[in-house]
Amino acid sequence: MAEMAAKGESPEILFWVGCAGSFDERAQKITRDICRILEHVGLKYAVLGTEESCTGDPAKRAGNEFLFQMQAMANIQTLDAYSIRKIVTGCPHCFNTIKNEYPSLGGNYDVIHHSQLIQQLIDEGKLKAEGGESFKGKRITFHDPCYLGRGNNVYEAPRAALEILDAELVEMKRCRSNGLCCGAGGAQMFKEPEKGNKDINIERIEEALSLEPNIVASSCPFCMTMLSDGVKNFNKEQEVKVLDIAEITAKANGLI
Amino acid sequence: MLLQALFLILTITAIALFSFNARKIIRNIRLGRPADRSDRPAERLMVMLRVAFGQTKMTKRPLAFILHLFVYLGFVIINLEVLEIIIDGLFGTHRIFASPLGGLYNILIASFEVLAALVLIGVIVFLARRNIVKVGRFSGVEMTKWPRSDANIILIAEVLLMTAFLTMNAADQKLQLMGAAGYPVAGSFPVSGLLLPLLPDSETTLVAIERGCWWFHIIGIFAFLNYLPYSKHLHIILAFPNTYFSNLQPKGEFTNMPVVTNEVKAMLDPSFTPEPVADGGRFGAKDIKDLTWKNLLDAYTCTECGRCTSVCPANITGKLLSPRKIMMDTRDRATEVGDLAGKHGKDHDDGKTLLDNYISREEIWACTTCNACTEACPVNIDPLAIIVELRRYAVMEESQAPASLNNMFGNVENNGAPWKYSPADRINWRVENGEWK
Repeated sequence: MAEMAAKGESPEILFWVGCAGSFDERAQKITRDICRILEHVGLKYAVLGTEESCTGDPAKRAGNEFLFQMQAMANIQTLDAYSIRKIVTGCPHCFNTIKNEYPSLGGNYDVIHHSQLIQQLIDEGKLKAEGGESFKGKRITFHDPCYLGRGNNVYEAPRAALEILDAELVEMKRCRSNGLCCGAGGAQMFKEPEKGNKDINIERIEEALSLEPNIVASSCPFCMTMLSDGVKNFNKEQEVKVLDIAEITAKANGLI
Repeated sequence: MLLQALFLILTITAIALFSFNARKIIRNIRLGRPADRSDRPAERLMVMLRVAFGQTKMTKRPLAFILHLFVYLGFVIINLEVLEIIIDGLFGTHRIFASPLGGLYNILIASFEVLAALVLIGVIVFLARRNIVKVGRFSGVEMTKWPRSDANIILIAEVLLMTAFLTMNAADQKLQLMGAAGYPVAGSFPVSGLLLPLLPDSETTLVAIERGCWWFHIIGIFAFLNYLPYSKHLHIILAFPNTYFSNLQPKGEFTNMPVVTNEVKAMLDPSFTPEPVADGGRFGAKDIKDLTWKNLLDAYTCTECGRCTSVCPANITGKLLSPRKIMMDTRDRATEVGDLAGKHGKDHDDGKTLLDNYISREEIWACTTCNACTEACPVNIDPLAIIVELRRYAVMEESQAPASLNNMFGNVENNGAPWKYSPADRINWRVENGEWK
């Protein structure tokens, strides 16, 4: 972003990568695929790079409102300094926080999640599923991330990316507004679970595996970690891939 | 005359006692902090009509929805009959609406009878679901002796009321057919007509049955009204205001605390003059008075159906957290604090608090903030809001977060990420297979 600003240019959209997308090895792949999609359709985008900082989401869910608001205000300053108006995020948590919780602190942006961007591009005819890997006949089930689905009522966008694949979409019993959490939300990602008789991601992946899918799709880096760990727990990583909507879209269009 | 006077006294006593107890509940709800839910009245009205009046969130569980619909419609519509009963009781008349309404009266009475039969079916199946089939969500750590008895008392009361209502009609009908004095032909009785062969032929006995059931039914209704304030069954009233005052924001959005905004702004800019904020006191919630009135209204509205707990990922996987328990604890504590304040003055401290004495740390830290509970609640109760307030207290007033979360806070503060990575490496995702993309 800084380079673009130095040249006196401004992006059509800012890609908010997020901490997982920046640092988590698995999520970094998703980040690169989101960039490939943006480049494929010729959208002029920028990233904040080292100027990006945690949105404050995990701090807020864990009850640390001070830390959240410190992060939020610093980020709003950065975004406003570059006169950012439109943002796409690679993570439902960043999406929810910037879209819903930044406005009353002075940060007003048009924020979408990458699944919504993919849906828009499909609707505009700019993005198809051609020239790449065929998903024909593959069984795919989609896991709704809480902060995308129930949190913000985005259920159709990620499914739109799957519907153009000519694949067999199967829904888990607990899907859409009844979706079961992967277990990472509310800052659980950063702590050991409380005492219980099962891990939440195991409960969830059992449900997904019972459908015998080839692919478990999601669109959240934290769900990605939890679901992948779940698949590994059952030694199914050869048969069942856990993929992000962006990765599936990039593969289907031969962008990788 | 004597009976009319007795009836008048009964009615006044029942209403007075109910208002006395209702005022106590309003007092307890007002213990909470202010929260503004006066915006967007048209949208609020629509939510109330849809969710409470239209029961739309009940449809997720079709069997319970249908049975509950019988009882709900029965309750709302048969109450029209109670109006007639009260007028008859006060003026010593019998079926006062019969002649002015004419043919419509027959239709009304017939539909009351059908509804009464449906209510009976509904509550009998409900009793079976709780006590014989033992549907999972009606058990749990918080479902101790009293909540279980409370549910059964209500259901049995409804069986008795509906039986009395139908028996009364049956006796009335038989007396009408016999041409007994004071029982002019009125009403149509498709259900209670089936009971006729079971009734005796003596006119005196029939009158005794008819009058007995009439008094039993109305006294039962007064008793039921006065049982409400002590019971989970209060939802039949509070579901309406509670859905009207629903959170209209996206579920993912948590409140931004204005007190904190002031402090953070003052920290970033020393010349900043804070706007006055209404809620002083502590950060987050340790006890009842730290929660908002809406959290407390939620608690009094809860009817302990357990839909929230049955979809809670933490509860499903054996953790201690149960969103229903959060609501029940909040209500029990609000009642306790309210009663103590009534006895010993507003600022009485009994040394107990909602956090720790009722809700444990283990419960609040098990929550994934996934909003399954708020989605499942048929009357838009929000257990998550209370959990977050308790976390805020633990973190901001006590610095008592689990150690791993304190590490995460430290990382966010120092590195701008929840993990221990350098901010300078934030762009390294561009390196793929050793190549800079």
